[in-house]
Amino acid sequence: MKRFGRVTALGGVDLAVPAGTVLGLLGPNGAGKTTMVRVLATLLPPDAGRATVLGLDVATRPGAVRRVIGVSGQYAAVDGYLTGRENLRMIGRLSGLGRRSARHRAEELLHELDLTDAAARTARTYSGGMRRRLDVAASLVARPRVLFLDEPTTGLDPRGRLGLWRLIGQLSAEGTTVLLTTQYLEEADRLADSIVVLDHGVVIAMGTAEQLKAQVGGDRLELQASPGTDTHALAGAMAGLGTGEATISADDSRVVIPVAHGPAILPEVAARLARSGLRVSDLALRRPSLDDVFLALTGTSAAPSTSDTATVGSRR
Amino acid sequence: MTATVAPRDRVRMAGPGWWLANVATITGRNLHRLVRVPTLIAFATAQPVLFVLLFTYAWGGAVRPPGVARYIDYALPGIWVLAIAFGASQTGVAIADDLATGMIDRFRALPMTRSAVLAGRTTADAARNLFVLALMTGVATAIGFRFHAGATAALAAVALAVAVGLAFSWIFAMLGLLVRDPESAGIGGLLAVIPLIFTSSTFVPVATFPGWLQAVAKVNPITVTVDALRALCLGGAAPTQVWPALAWIGGLLAVTVPAAVLRYRRTTAR
Ligand SMILES: Nc1ncnc2c1ncn2[C@@H]1O[C@H](COP(=O)(O)OP(=O)(O)O)[C@@H](O)[C@H]1O
Ligand SMILES: [Mg+2]
Repeated sequence: MKRFGRVTALGGVDLAVPAGTVLGLLGPNGAGKTTMVRVLATLLPPDAGRATVLGLDVATRPGAVRRVIGVSGQYAAVDGYLTGRENLRMIGRLSGLGRRSARHRAEELLHELDLTDAAARTARTYSGGMRRRLDVAASLVARPRVLFLDEPTTGLDPRGRLGLWRLIGQLSAEGTTVLLTTQYLEEADRLADSIVVLDHGVVIAMGTAEQLKAQVGGDRLELQASPGTDTHALAGAMAGLGTGEATISADDSRVVIPVAHGPAILPEVAARLARSGLRVSDLALRRPSLDDVFLALTGTSAAPSTSDTATVGSRR
Repeated sequence: MTATVAPRDRVRMAGPGWWLANVATITGRNLHRLVRVPTLIAFATAQPVLFVLLFTYAWGGAVRPPGVARYIDYALPGIWVLAIAFGASQTGVAIADDLATGMIDRFRALPMTRSAVLAGRTTADAARNLFVLALMTGVATAIGFRFHAGATAALAAVALAVAVGLAFSWIFAMLGLLVRDPESAGIGGLLAVIPLIFTSSTFVPVATFPGWLQAVAKVNPITVTVDALRALCLGGAAPTQVWPALAWIGGLLAVTVPAAVLRYRRTTAR
């Protein structure tokens, strides 16, 4: 548990990340993701509860925890006045690498994060995405056994994002335990072995991506009504097609229907539209968004845990 | 990830050796930053030189302290302290900036020694001060300044000036940790420095102050330090003039170093 004055940033979090797996901590702004990471990274003392990393209690053995973790915080923390290369060498030296190893490791990571060309430039001149990648590189310098990444792909372009996804996959395959936070279900889906959904400091759901999606109910069919088309009539025309209630957007222009096996129902949708004569200006099948997850999960799940334990890198 | 081929020359991460290695790394970081910003170097070197020239030519005609032939001989030790104090106030800005940008978080999540972030910064300050002192003294010498008490006393003066700079740096490091906002730390630093400098013997003899201000000036650590420096530069230095300065510096360091380190341990970003 962690409070800031009257705000309870974390309360009722009970999570375990088995060693060598990737846990995705999913939640909207203010959910408590960063606070969770900072507690586990020994940057914030928990007010109550127990958090361990590889069996080491963060409150009583922070020094030992720091030897096994790598942290990339939500905002890239690199020294703008040092070059990318100097930043990584400095972190290497401060992590206990000898001079030569620190140099070697810096080159390795510059290469892996696609920063070799910019290595000799001061980090001030980097784009947001480059700073982010340098920050991630800094977290990997000591080859940590446990890696915390707080919204690592925020601000990356698609190529940078793919590169980082690949890297996280590799690290995990090599046995690194990863806890990453994200606002994107897609990212958690792609990377994480299991997902914990956090809202207002409380775990509201956990499981594999498949399990969560089953709870959320598959894809979403979205119909944008043409001007003059009655959305209620539209919803009526689609009755029985979805797996749940059709909802009409607040501005009365869109009908959203949860559907089980997305593409297979498209011909039926087209047929019903033709039959009813109702007109739509746009029709889309969407994977459940974070919004959908929250719509489906908030309040529903979670008798919130009161035990408050976080165990990262536990043996299975 | 590619397998590492480098020999794993890991360092023993404990004990004084580890602390020293960390301090050296952070000192290197700060010195690197210093040379990396050309405008910073330009201003950081122009400022002390300007101080020397301005005070000598603007005030040198009006102020004639008793017992010295040239005002520059009297003023240089004070100008040293002024330049060092201004420079040290930058340390508050830098530490607040490290907090604001998350650098301190990054350091705190590393297995490094906690105090090294502050000790490395203040050590870099000391190195910079040595350079600034040499520069100012060179310029002053070109316009007439002379040490009057021999080489040993001159070196002792420089060492004392560096020591007082160290005390300033730790004070401002503490200020940066407390204030957290870089801009406020900058303004706060100047607010602290300017009254202390002007209510001291830095530019004019304390005897010219009104009575109540003399009382303040006499206990002002800057007066004590500048008087000691002056004694070492002008000659006739009795140990009794140097001890009070050493006591002040020692006392300040004994308080600010542990206080700042403790504060650092407890401080987080945001
Ligand atoms: N230092 C702080 N002081 C006060 N409130 C804070 C502090 N840090 C975080 N909070 C609050 O705690 C809650 C969780 O924040 P955070 O962990 O940053 O969420 P997330 O990373 O999921 O966006 C928010 O309500 C936030 O305003
Ligand atoms: Mg966050």
